[in-house]
Amino acid sequence: MSGSTPSAGGRPRQYLGTRTGRRLWLVFFLAPATVLFAVFITYPILSALAFSVYGWEGIGRRGFIGLHNFVRLFATYPYSGLLVNAFWHNVVVFVVTMLLQNVVALGLALLLARGPWGTRGYRVIFFLPVTLSLIIVGFLWALFLNPIFGIVNKLLISAGLSALARPWLGDPQTALLTLTLINAWRWLGFPTIVFLAGINAVPDEYVEAARIDGASEWAVTRHVIFPLLAPAVTIIVLLTFIGSFNWFELPYVVQGVSGGPNRSTDVLSLFFYRMAFGEVDTGLQDIGIGSAIAVLMFILLVTVSAVAAVFLRRREVELA
Amino acid sequence: MSRRWLVGLIALLLVVSLYPAGASGQGGVKLTFWSWRVEDKWAYDRMIRVFQQKNPGITVEFVPFKQTEYNTILSSALTAGKGPDIIHLRAYGGLETFTAPGFIAALDFETVPELKTFSRTILEGARGRKDGKIYGVPFASQTLVLYYNKKIFAQHNLAVPKTWDEFLGLMKTLKDKGVLPLANGGKDGWTLEVLSGVIAPNFYGGTAFFDAVTRGQTSFKDPTYTGALARLLELRPYMHPNFMGVDYATMQQLFISEQAAMFIGGSWEIGFFRAQNRNLDFDIFAAPPLRAGQTPWVSSFNDGNYGINAKTPSMEAALKFIRFTATREFGQMFTDLLAQNSAVPGVVIKDPVLKRVQELNRKATPYIMLVGFRWQAPTGSTLLQSALQAMMAGTKTPEQVGEEVTRGLSVWFDPFRGR
Repeated sequence: MSGSTPSAGGRPRQYLGTRTGRRLWLVFFLAPATVLFAVFITYPILSALAFSVYGWEGIGRRGFIGLHNFVRLFATYPYSGLLVNAFWHNVVVFVVTMLLQNVVALGLALLLARGPWGTRGYRVIFFLPVTLSLIIVGFLWALFLNPIFGIVNKLLISAGLSALARPWLGDPQTALLTLTLINAWRWLGFPTIVFLAGINAVPDEYVEAARIDGASEWAVTRHVIFPLLAPAVTIIVLLTFIGSFNWFELPYVVQGVSGGPNRSTDVLSLFFYRMAFGEVDTGLQDIGIGSAIAVLMFILLVTVSAVAAVFLRRREVELA
Repeated sequence: MSRRWLVGLIALLLVVSLYPAGASGQGGVKLTFWSWRVEDKWAYDRMIRVFQQKNPGITVEFVPFKQTEYNTILSSALTAGKGPDIIHLRAYGGLETFTAPGFIAALDFETVPELKTFSRTILEGARGRKDGKIYGVPFASQTLVLYYNKKIFAQHNLAVPKTWDEFLGLMKTLKDKGVLPLANGGKDGWTLEVLSGVIAPNFYGGTAFFDAVTRGQTSFKDPTYTGALARLLELRPYMHPNFMGVDYATMQQLFISEQAAMFIGGSWEIGFFRAQNRNLDFDIFAAPPLRAGQTPWVSSFNDGNYGINAKTPSMEAALKFIRFTATREFGQMFTDLLAQNSAVPGVVIKDPVLKRVQELNRKATPYIMLVGFRWQAPTGSTLLQSALQAMMAGTKTPEQVGEEVTRGLSVWFDPFRGR
């Protein structure tokens, strides 16, 4: 038995060494992922594209109408206004997330990279919310921010700051910012870890060489660490962009599908969902417009991500 | 010989096993019944048992889905040519989504003679707008009312107000004594639409305005309507200072836990309030009119219908079941078990609060957006709810709300175009 094994195993190995064999193996391993991708990603995208050029009556598909759904989306009230409103909110979410979440994450990463006491503990604490389901995060914060029973307003009142207590999620002026901050709280750990890994990857010799040349702490950070951190920044900027423009779960869980109050937390994916599937009980679906929004979102994400990737890559410095 | 016996035996077995389905034509039929009423399954199972006893050979299985997913599941099934035999359907525009593409079997007074006795207003919610045909048996009517906590009212020597000013005065008294007068909030837009459905009809003149606006003789920019909306602003001082953050669940909790004296909502709450706090002593009244002596309007609507899948293979059995849901026997069970106002005429109501709902219904006006303007997207409800949030938060005036709603509806409601 044991004597026959090498020769028996030799033949397939030899066979696999050939080009066709390698290709077959590649196909074999890639097939499951390709099939899943085709069924759950490519097919829906293509069908949304197809749906967007048809007329709809309730859930029944009617004739081909070309770009009419897009014309309705861009040129008719209230859709045009809602589209701009939702898009603008996505932009706000992106900018605020970049400024608050990612800048704070960078600061934390720089602090943690120095290895203060309890670094490991802090790393775990910062990363903990990332592991929580967004549904739980949304539900928890909705409870914390409840204007009557919630802990946030109660703490403010007991601290003598009752003037600050407000309906955080119910006031059109604070709702979007509050949601973005909840989102930042949830995600903060992720860019922190990515930046930290990037900083730790900077070879010690570079930092030491700079220090010997008399560079200040800030100069080391600015001229040695930051340039070498560019790949991490590229990834975080791209992920933040995609995350901000695909933002759905948190506003959906906390504010519901209508992007309330008065569309102040409406974003593109909520707008899409409302149009494609209808608002529970009160709003009818308009699958044509819904599909048109989906197509627009897809084009926007792919184009901007591709352009940004090329642009940001160019600024990256390779480690010698 | 023995082989012939065997063949004979097998043939006999085959015939016997096929008999119930093949021979009697109506026996052995199984109907599926889809619904979004997960919490009412026990009651439907009991009502179905009564039907099955009377109609041996037909079994009905009640399959409920989560409310928020029901429409999506039903849409996908029907477009794929599948779906249940009996379908729990919404009313008005929510029904039209399914009837317009031809998924639902049309009924008439010949196939379901029981429908002749139903009130015309209720039947309106079962008709397709396109063809005017009836597509289902209405199951309940809902009415929008004001709930009040009798104990709190008694503690402060308060009586049900007869005029709008008395109502405002009563709320001021409660507020001065440290009681939150109104549980209502603004975080969920639809609760504001309900609020307007309770308060506004007395000020815009109920059905006369409804008729005029649905015929396109006026629009929501009409000062009668925007003036009625402005009355909602008078309630703001008597809601929680942070009411814009108060969602539906919190509103219910405030009233159930007796932290708020009144709750403006729909008749569907009665059963829930009872179940949540058995000691809660509550009753209802209609929003008080401007002057004493006027009978107040209440908004009411057909809550939904039972319909038949146009593609069901068991049409005969399905029709039998649908006719059963239109009988007084079914209506009585429905009302007794679920504490809701059955749409079947002649049902005797035992619940005292529900009885009062029935009394108030004598001067009912259609719940304006649901009945008149939910036929196409954007619906009047979607537009109004969002705009009312802005109005209650103080960023839009009632006139702007009227303008926004009219403009949004003009997308599909031709008479508003250019207004």
